[in-house]
Amino acid sequence: MKFLTTNFLKCSVKACDISNLNFPLEYDGSKCKLVQNEDIEFQPEFLLNILDRIDWPAILQVAADLGNTSLPSQKPELHTNMDELNEEELVILRDLHTLLLQTSITEGEMRCRNCGHVYYIKNSIPNLLLPPHLA
Amino acid sequence: MASAKEEEYVHKVYNEIASHFSQTRYKPWPIVTKFLNGQPVGSIGIDVGCGNGKYLNVNPNIFIIGSDRSDGLIKCAHEINGQYNVLVADGMCLPHRDNTFDFAISIAVVHHWSTRERRVQAINHILNKVKSGSQILIYCWALEQSTSRRGYHEGMEQDILVPWVLQEKTKKKRDTSDSDKSKDKKNLIKPDLSGIPPKERALYMAKWKKEQEDIRIEQERKEKESQQIRHEEKNEITKYRYYHLYREGELEEDCISAGAKIITSGYERDNWYVIAKKP
Ligand SMILES: C[S@@+](CC[C@H](N)C(=O)[O-])C[C@H]1O[C@@H](n2cnc3c(N)ncnc32)[C@H](O)[C@@H]1O
Ligand SMILES: [Zn+2]
Repeated sequence: MKFLTTNFLKCSVKACDISNLNFPLEYDGSKCKLVQNEDIEFQPEFLLNILDRIDWPAILQVAADLGNTSLPSQKPELHTNMDELNEEELVILRDLHTLLLQTSITEGEMRCRNCGHVYYIKNSIPNLLLPPHLA
Repeated sequence: MASAKEEEYVHKVYNEIASHFSQTRYKPWPIVTKFLNGQPVGSIGIDVGCGNGKYLNVNPNIFIIGSDRSDGLIKCAHEINGQYNVLVADGMCLPHRDNTFDFAISIAVVHHWSTRERRVQAINHILNKVKSGSQILIYCWALEQSTSRRGYHEGMEQDILVPWVLQEKTKKKRDTSDSDKSKDKKNLIKPDLSGIPPKERALYMAKWKKEQEDIRIEQERKEKESQQIRHEEKNEITKYRYYHLYREGELEEDCISAGAKIITSGYERDNWYVIAKKP
C-alpha cells in the first residue's frame, strides 16, 4: 500500500465517526516494513493536483509514526499552474513523489486512536474489514 | 438476516470462485472507460467492489483506490498489478472519510445487496464519500437481457440465484441439456377436444397450450435440479450467487432515493447504468 493511501484510510467502525481520532490511523513504526519503488514515474502535474487534495496534518502524523520527521509543518504552497513551477518547486514535488507514491508499506499494522482496533497490512494489502461483532 | 444471506450467497462464493472468476474479467466496458478517462489529471477516486481491479489502470493520470469485500479477489488484483491501490473492505462500511473523492465507480456490485433498502443505503454510502458536485457511476445487472444467453426478461422474478460452475480440468463437460430435451418430447400429449363446442375450441387450445408450457417449464426446472444433484455426486461444483436483477428505471429510482441527482443513464452489456451527481 502506497504511503498516499494512508491519507484516505480511517477506522471502519461507524461509532468512531463522531470522534476526530479515527483519522489518520496510527501506524506501528516498529512493525511496518517500508519498500521503495523507483520505477514509478514522476508526473509533476499529477502530483501538483494530488497535493491540492491531501490532508497535510495527516501526512505529517503518519510520516512521524514511520520515523520521518523531516517534512515541513505546513503544506508546501506551489504555483498551481504547471508552467510556472520553478526548479525549487520541482524539487519539492520530486521529494513528495518519493514519499507519497514510491514508498509503500508492505507489512505492518495500524490502529484506530479512538477505539483501539488494530488493522493489518499483509503482502501490501491492508484489510479494513471488521469482525462481525464490530460491523 | 439480509446480511447472512449475502454472506452465504455473495461473500463466501466470491472467495471460493475468486481465481476462476478473475480469469474471466479483464475487458473494461466502454462507458466505464470513458467515465474514467474523463476525470482530470490528479483526480482521486474509489472503485467500490473492484473485484480483480480491471478498472484500476484504465487512466494512469488519476489515483484510484479499489476496495472489495473478497480478499481472494483483492489478492488476484494485487497479483495482476502490484501497483494497484487495493484494500479489503465492505462497501457498506468504507474506511474513507465523507466528502473526500472526486469520483466513484461501482460496477456490478450494488445488485448483490439483498433488499432494496440495503441497495439504496449502499449507493448513499458511496455518494457520501465523494465531494459535493462530484459524479458517481453505478452499474447493475438488468432484468431485461433477452439477447444474452441467460435470457432474463421482463416479468421474471428479480431476486435470483445465479449459478457459477467451477471448472475442474479432470471432469468432462457437464451440459446434458440436449438429451434432456429429447426425453421431454416423449411426454407430449394431444389435447382432447371431443367434448368442446367448436366455437370454444380456440380458447380451449390457447389455455391448453399455456398449461403444457407451464408443465414443460416445471419439468425443466426439476431436470435442472436433479442434474444439479448428479453433478454434486460427481463432485462437480456449482456455486450460487445472489443477484437482484434491476428492471428498467429502478436504478434511477434507487439513486434518487439515495440522494443523488441523475446526470445520464442507459444500458450496456446486459446492465443498467447511471451517472449521478452529489448535490
Ligand atoms: C460481478 S463482480 C464485479 C467486479 C468488478 N467491479 C468488475 O466490474 O469486474 C461483483 C463484486 O462485488 C463484490 N462485492 C459483493 N458484495 C460486496 C460488499 N458488500 N462490499 C464490497 N464488495 C462486494 C464481490 O466481491 C465482487 O468482487
Ligand atoms: Zn475506531
